[in-house]
Amino acid sequence: MSKILIRGAKVLGGEPQDVLIEGSTIAAVGHGLPDEGAEVVEAGGKVLLPGLVDLHTHLREPGREDSETVLTGTRAAAAGGYTAVFAMANTFPVADTAGVVEQVWRLGREHGYCDVQPIGAVTVGLEGRKLAELGAMHESAAGVTVFSDDGKCVDDAVIMRRALEYVKAFDGVVAQHAQEPRLTEGAQMNEGVVSAELGLGGWPAVAEESIIARDVLLAEHVGSRVHICHLSTAGSVEIVRWAKSRGIRVTAEVTPHHLLLTDELVRTYNPVYKVNPPLRTERDVLALREALADGTIDIVATDHAPHPHEDKDCEWAAAAMGMVGLETALSVVQETMVDTGLLDWADVADRMSFAPARIGQATGHGRPVSAGEPANLTLVDTAYRGPVDPAGFASRSRNTPYEGRELPGRVTHTWLRGKATLVDGKLT
Amino acid sequence: MQRHLISAADLTRDDAVLILDTAEEMSRVADRPIKKLPTLRGRTVVNLFFEDSTRTRISFEAAEKRLSADVINFSAKGSSVSKGESLKDTAQTLEAMGVDAVVIRHGASGAPYRLANSGWIDAAVINAGDGTHQHPTQALLDAFTMRRRLVGRDAGLGHDLAGKRVTIVGDVLHSRVARSNVDLLHTLGAEVTLVAPPTLLPVGIGTWPCEVSYDLDSTLPKSDAVMMLRVQRERMNAAFFPTEREYSRRYGLDGDRMAKMPEHAIVMHPGPMVRGMEITAQVADSERCTAIEQVANGVSIRMAVLYLLLGGNEPALTNTRTEEK
Repeated sequence: MSKILIRGAKVLGGEPQDVLIEGSTIAAVGHGLPDEGAEVVEAGGKVLLPGLVDLHTHLREPGREDSETVLTGTRAAAAGGYTAVFAMANTFPVADTAGVVEQVWRLGREHGYCDVQPIGAVTVGLEGRKLAELGAMHESAAGVTVFSDDGKCVDDAVIMRRALEYVKAFDGVVAQHAQEPRLTEGAQMNEGVVSAELGLGGWPAVAEESIIARDVLLAEHVGSRVHICHLSTAGSVEIVRWAKSRGIRVTAEVTPHHLLLTDELVRTYNPVYKVNPPLRTERDVLALREALADGTIDIVATDHAPHPHEDKDCEWAAAAMGMVGLETALSVVQETMVDTGLLDWADVADRMSFAPARIGQATGHGRPVSAGEPANLTLVDTAYRGPVDPAGFASRSRNTPYEGRELPGRVTHTWLRGKATLVDGKLT
Repeated sequence: MQRHLISAADLTRDDAVLILDTAEEMSRVADRPIKKLPTLRGRTVVNLFFEDSTRTRISFEAAEKRLSADVINFSAKGSSVSKGESLKDTAQTLEAMGVDAVVIRHGASGAPYRLANSGWIDAAVINAGDGTHQHPTQALLDAFTMRRRLVGRDAGLGHDLAGKRVTIVGDVLHSRVARSNVDLLHTLGAEVTLVAPPTLLPVGIGTWPCEVSYDLDSTLPKSDAVMMLRVQRERMNAAFFPTEREYSRRYGLDGDRMAKMPEHAIVMHPGPMVRGMEITAQVADSERCTAIEQVANGVSIRMAVLYLLLGGNEPALTNTRTEEK
């Protein structure tokens, strides 16, 4: 059985320790562990985290292999320190049947860079009218537990209610893309001071907040749990905080870009900043950081949304919405949450591994770094600081808003069940 | 002067006054038997129109021809654009044919900014109206018209519009004319009041350098110029206002309302007018309405802009490519 000794790693940011991996499992954690017969990785004070788990990734396969495939997307995930990603259902065809989710799941297993857990569509074709076969997707080999029409909102209150109720039978969860469609017709950016000036269609905060308010009340009424995708406004934070105080079973995610960027960037009309939900204001950014710190927002999810160059190299209105995020997420979280003192590394492990694995029921992921656990691990050089270079991305797409921006932290090693997927910053 | 004209907000007071003064010079050309200057001989200007706008296109074309430029008209309809060609490819194709300046009208806010700042092309870019963002030459010709009427043709030279009170009425939300005018009039020292139903004012307007009112009647007596914006009838289908008639009653300019304006005050309209909606025929055809003058002044302003950007102190050919990072 292969042995790897990670020597002198700050486990979850604590005192340096050694971690011994045997086969696919963590065999021991402690001081001065023997290196006999083991390949030694000198951690030199780097931070060791449980393998990151992304509850919100767009892998684009099947259908848009020009922007990403399961292979390129999972390589990007490994490069970013992830060992499991949840693949959103808005592919072509839509992942609304057992056949499609099984295909995506199998591709992930075959490539072996990162576990791929497909998310099933809530409604057929993401059209919001008819429930997809949620049970069949759950019972398939893919074992789907998270359902989302992400990219579109399940805006019909009755369909949302039924979905919330129906998935209780197998402890599933509906992840809502909160966007009231009528309030966002023609919407191009956050509605406020900047949109008024730029003459771009406004995307009001209330379009997100009104759906979240409705859905937490629905979840309370039918006794279900609901997950809110990419929460982006200060008002949404208040609603989720209120719902949690009432004991409503709601969880919420925030993307790295909503923790860092604001709608002021849209003044460049550069569509690399065009994203759904849109970049909001400084006030929103600060509220989101605070909410992630105090646990109102449970997790960071990337909403990794690859697009080919031509879909961004154009005028704003014609451009696609979305940003790649897997390979920069941890750096942005370090920049906005750790280096600001809002979270420590144990908290980061919670927000980016333990909690997302729990919400999505990703077996074997989001486990403590201790003996007997699966060896899904990520080693981070937190002392590093440097500019983001999209040319080095493993993702097939380059639509990052961080090009040239200096960010801290660099993932150097990732292990998926004891097998290295990233060594010294290079994919295996 | 900047190398491109994208937004009225990019102009300093001195830039704007220089354009207005230059336009006065240019307007004298129109009074000559031969209405032509050799300034842009050998230079090529393309009018790249992705939206139908016969008036603006013809105005630019007249200005270009009076400056002896070679003019290419490109209309997106029926061209490769309607077959899916991107803005970038269209612009690069035209530039490959040796274009010195691109006059662009586009339905997407920010399209001219992208054209000027993405490193796609080297030519000077003049915004002839983008989405609901900006229409800087319209604001310039409006300011030119106001200066002539309210300050004087000769007396105005070298002067701005300090202290003049301008009321802009109508669909501010969807209006690039309103945005450009607020920016430029503020730069020129005028006091601007926007009047519209609350539904036709953008959220976030609070930071604009102007006053906002929902009541037309109370602002008219305090106005030196009242600019009526076109209101599309279709807006009522999206619940911006209940009916055309109600809009006209509350925000339309008729003879009775015009009588509340000071004697010297003028009525302006960027055209095309919707008679019976925001303006009655009586007002539109009155001596105080400058709509036709604005059209004539538009040619002079566009000549001035082309001259200053292409033929003025900074030759376009020696400019370096500006890459966006």
